[in-house]
Amino acid sequence: MAGPPERVVSINLCTDQLAMLLAAPGQLISVSHLAQDPRSSAMAAEAAGWQANRGKAEDVYLLAPDLVLAGSHTTPATVQMLRRLGIAVEVFSHAAGFADVTAQLLRMGAVLGREAAAAEAVARFEADLAAIATDPAADAPRAALYQAGGWSSGRASLPGEVLAAAGLANVADELGLSAGGFVPLEVLILAAPDLVVSGRPWAGASRAEERAAHPALRDAGRASAALTDRDWVCGLPHLLGPVAAMAELRRKLQAGE
Amino acid sequence: MSAVAQGWLIPALTALVAALFLASLLIGPAAISPGESLRALILGDAGPLTVVMREIRLPRAILGLLVGAALGLSGAALQGYLRNPLAEPGLIGVSGAAALGAVIALQTGLAAAFALALPLLALTGAVAAVSLLLLLAGARGGALTLILAGIAVSALAGAATALVLNLSPNPFAAAEIVFWTMGSLADRSFTHVGLAAPFIMLGAALLLTLGPGLDALTLGEDAAEALGAGLTRVRLVLVAGVAAAVGAATAVAGAIGFVGLVVPHLLRPLVGARPSRLLPASALGGAAMVLAADIAVRLILPERDLKLGVLMALVGAPLFLHLIYRTRRDGGEGLR
Repeated sequence: MAGPPERVVSINLCTDQLAMLLAAPGQLISVSHLAQDPRSSAMAAEAAGWQANRGKAEDVYLLAPDLVLAGSHTTPATVQMLRRLGIAVEVFSHAAGFADVTAQLLRMGAVLGREAAAAEAVARFEADLAAIATDPAADAPRAALYQAGGWSSGRASLPGEVLAAAGLANVADELGLSAGGFVPLEVLILAAPDLVVSGRPWAGASRAEERAAHPALRDAGRASAALTDRDWVCGLPHLLGPVAAMAELRRKLQAGE
Repeated sequence: MSAVAQGWLIPALTALVAALFLASLLIGPAAISPGESLRALILGDAGPLTVVMREIRLPRAILGLLVGAALGLSGAALQGYLRNPLAEPGLIGVSGAAALGAVIALQTGLAAAFALALPLLALTGAVAAVSLLLLLAGARGGALTLILAGIAVSALAGAATALVLNLSPNPFAAAEIVFWTMGSLADRSFTHVGLAAPFIMLGAALLLTLGPGLDALTLGEDAAEALGAGLTRVRLVLVAGVAAAVGAATAVAGAIGFVGLVVPHLLRPLVGARPSRLLPASALGGAAMVLAADIAVRLILPERDLKLGVLMALVGAPLFLHLIYRTRRDGGEGLR
């Protein structure tokens, strides 16, 4: 392939948004349908301007792409099928921290032949992050991320880095789960967090989310915050929003003490 | 033997249930000393520990007791009425149909708008399944008819449950098919106790009145009619009682199979095969079994929600095969 790709199709929510941030006009021809869903995408409004795909090998192939962008969670069968059909596929893994945000912006820039745009985005992200990020103080309020199914993310994860940059201590780290892990509800309550951060429930119902609304949790935490998943999911500059929001909550908690 | 057994069986089972209830309160993923736990539970002055004891472990233990009693008692009542030791709410699809009702209530948003919709729809599912089974198998129907009808009802209810959960807008719902088919008491709260307890107690009260009627039925239907046991009334009370008890239990804990099979089977020889004595004994036995299984899942995999139905099937399925073998060996008329 000589020169930058001309017909790029993205089939993963996070590569969708990275590509929309960096692609040249007309270079990106389709994003996944999730990118247009305001519930999961931080760039749903922008994504409305692109044709949506469902990420299946056959509808992607019919778009005649010269490059497909996929996530490491994309079904391997789809990726293999596309490669067998002779289409280049770039697979991006899930960002596990702020360092991955810059790394992925730079890689997406290289893949799309948009190095300058990527360097600019990285510089802006790093400057903005440096402006708002603070390290947790010794007496920082202790927050617990409590996601559906009882998963709690520790320091070595994207949501964990958001908490840390907002100056909050992470209860999962105290429990020895720096990469995250399942925390039984009673263990979480005995850890007595100052703040419980959980996902905003989806429509319908699930026991996995019901746990975060357990009356015991309401009675144990001094404060709790709902978070929209879309700003926290992908390694994008949009993460600065949650950092600022969490830092604001941290200041309120400290003022209340 | 039964006259002797009658004397000690109920107190012994009561003591067992009490001991398991206490153990259920004291065992959990957070290792806390028993004395500290009980003081926090009773005095209520230990901050987060009191919250854990009163709002997590206590409702879980109460639900284990109620759900187990509902399933054991329903199994004994169904077996007494159908005179068939293989009749069990989980195997014949009553729990599955109740789970379908509960899933519909949750995923349509009915349960969010009106909390009682959850047990009521589960109960509706259970009524439909019991009625259909009694219609198909009949009071005289053989075990084969009943089990085949049960397989059909279970398969249909299971497929419809999976369909509803897959159609849900909630991305986590489809992963919960296993909860609805295997059952769990993890992280239930007093909200669930409040929803289920009245229906389970009503159902249990109805089923416990069936003793004399079921005793008369052991002599055959004609003899039972002659003895003044109105079979129509027995059938109506049975359907209402099983539906209320199993429906409400399933609505909050999912479908837990085999309790109603194993418990009456173990206790039947100890009560001289008298349904009127088997009913209360099975209620206590069921409570003990579910409490024990719920303690076991916490000991085996404290951080993951191992489903109760897994343990129950490991114990119950071999017993089920044994029962089928024995039914065949004893002439096999029940299986025709």
